[in-house]
Amino acid sequence: MPSEFPIPLPNLPLPDAVPLSWYLILSAILFTLGVAGFLFRRNIITVFMSIELMLNAVNLSFVAFSYHLKSVDGHIFSFFVMVIAAAEAAVGLAIILTVFRNRQTLEIDEVSSLKL
Amino acid sequence: MDALLFLTFAAIAVGCAINLVLQTHPIASALSLVGVMGSLAVLYLLLGGEFIAAVQMIVYAGAIMVLFVFVIMLLNAAAEKKTRKPALRAVVAVPLLFTFLMLVAYLIQTQAPKGTGVKFGGFTGGGPADIGRSLFTTYILPFEVTSVVILIAILGAVVLARKEV
Amino acid sequence: MNFYILSLVKAGLVAFVLLTFCAYLVWIERKVLAHIQLRPGPYRVGPHGLLQPLSDLIKLVTKEGLIPGNVSTGLYLFAPFLAVALALVSIVTIPFGPEFEIFGVRTWLGLTDLNIGVLFILAMSSLGVYATAIGGWASNSKYALLGGLRSSAQMISYELPLALAIVAPILIANTLSFKELAEAQSGFYFGFLPKWHVFAAPFPQVFSFVIFVIAAFAETNRVPFDLPEAETELVAGFHTEYTSTMFAAFFTAEYANIVTICCVTTLLFLGGWHPPFPAEYGSSFIPVILLLGVAGLFFFHAGQTLKTRKWDRFSFPVGGVLSLGLAGLFLIPLLQPILVPFFWFAAKTLLLIFFFIWVRGTLPRFRYDQLMRFAWMFLFPVAVVNLLITAFAVALTSN
Repeated sequence: MPSEFPIPLPNLPLPDAVPLSWYLILSAILFTLGVAGFLFRRNIITVFMSIELMLNAVNLSFVAFSYHLKSVDGHIFSFFVMVIAAAEAAVGLAIILTVFRNRQTLEIDEVSSLKL
Repeated sequence: MDALLFLTFAAIAVGCAINLVLQTHPIASALSLVGVMGSLAVLYLLLGGEFIAAVQMIVYAGAIMVLFVFVIMLLNAAAEKKTRKPALRAVVAVPLLFTFLMLVAYLIQTQAPKGTGVKFGGFTGGGPADIGRSLFTTYILPFEVTSVVILIAILGAVVLARKEV
Repeated sequence: MNFYILSLVKAGLVAFVLLTFCAYLVWIERKVLAHIQLRPGPYRVGPHGLLQPLSDLIKLVTKEGLIPGNVSTGLYLFAPFLAVALALVSIVTIPFGPEFEIFGVRTWLGLTDLNIGVLFILAMSSLGVYATAIGGWASNSKYALLGGLRSSAQMISYELPLALAIVAPILIANTLSFKELAEAQSGFYFGFLPKWHVFAAPFPQVFSFVIFVIAAFAETNRVPFDLPEAETELVAGFHTEYTSTMFAAFFTAEYANIVTICCVTTLLFLGGWHPPFPAEYGSSFIPVILLLGVAGLFFFHAGQTLKTRKWDRFSFPVGGVLSLGLAGLFLIPLLQPILVPFFWFAAKTLLLIFFFIWVRGTLPRFRYDQLMRFAWMFLFPVAVVNLLITAFAVALTSN
């Protein structure tokens, strides 16, 4: 990758290298949005997707720290998180399918009684 | 250049995440989540994690989210019903959320380790070869345990999704 | 600076060639299918229907772009765009030839070389499911919805054998970059048998080659696995409601995907741009001999055209002269190191594409449950066993 870029970039007050804290703040924002979605949404599938968003946010900070420490361990951790997320999605979606089959609804508030 | 790329894709990620929370239809939420994952994959590339970026696209965006979209289409899930008091909720929650995020950002800004910052190409240990070596030497036990976990998950999914339950 | 200009030129060239070739692939497919079924195929527009793609394009663009009522408009318009974008993006990691030096500039045929090239192609192909799924869902029609559902289930299922079949040659070549994969297949066993992965040393990858090609048929939604658009039961599947340019986008994406997957097969299994027999035995003269033969055929037929085919009196000699000119290009020593590898790459890819069309003209469509059972009960176990044997052989022979 050559360093010289042909088009002159506008002279914004941007740092030459991105501080590590920017990545962490982005990760925090995404995680908080995931929590917000988890609390506010009432569709089971959307709630489940909010959990995936939180996992993604955590992965980003793992990879960012991995860059900071110049070691590959963070990547391995986020790899394991992804694998577990895949297993979790398979089981979770199967549960959602069963819930929908028994109650004909995906609204989380309506799935409140233990017995049908 | 690095900062510009970071800001662009961070903005896309945050925009998609907000869309995920605000949309009432699950398909729209699922597609915004795919958008978040795509922009995160680009950020992983900037951080030198080529393999993780590829796995993010293949496993997360290409398999898990496809499964979500598939289930949403299969159940023909409709948009959420409107609640009675959405306005009050927004008035209280959004400023609170914003204040909380500012606090967290301030904390991270002051507490985060001060390094040279992230430049593309500053770390090249995230290729497939490095990940593989680490995975099959240092992390061989967790790796094997994960494969058992996946096997259990498959069995669980099959048992749960059977008709007779 | 130089790097950016060169990349821009190459990107433009690749996009132009790919799109034109996709348009002509439709013509080739119609011609080949017609000849399999003993018909002449497109014949009216231009000599031998050669201008048919152009007329199709004009027809598709000038038609009214209809958006049916009750569709989710945003997603409905987004799906064809996504399909064509993903199909075009996958071509960037494909190298079409080795490195060469011309006029003091060192470069190679191809846009970029990623160290995760194979994974990149897999990622793009797995994202391709979204285009069909969203298109089917947003159309708000039962045919389209069923087509979209089927396609997502089919593509998830066939991704597994596809990925497992890819892993086996990668184990032998020990790299994920397409360029290094192709370079690993240079040379010959005993001086004549090419070191392609289908013949590779510890364990020949014939099985994974066959599995890969079968899974590729399913991934590109081709006959016999074109269930998402089975017209006898689903009208046109996920693109039932699409018209005009949006339909053209789906169509282009489908053909671009075929080209990409054939290029990948060539690079993974058939030795990329390496000739099937050594240059000592004259493999670099094959293109010249072939083109001379084609020119001869053209001139032979030009001499005895029928009166009813007036075009041919003009078009056959022109074709003959063109092939003679191409043959001359292959004889220029300066261009030879570029053109000859590219010829072999293109020849293998075209043969595979011809095979795709041939299968379409030969096999009937599978039933949906047969398709799924075939993937999970047969293809997947065979791919796993093949991978295990390959891994074992590689572990025994290395070090």
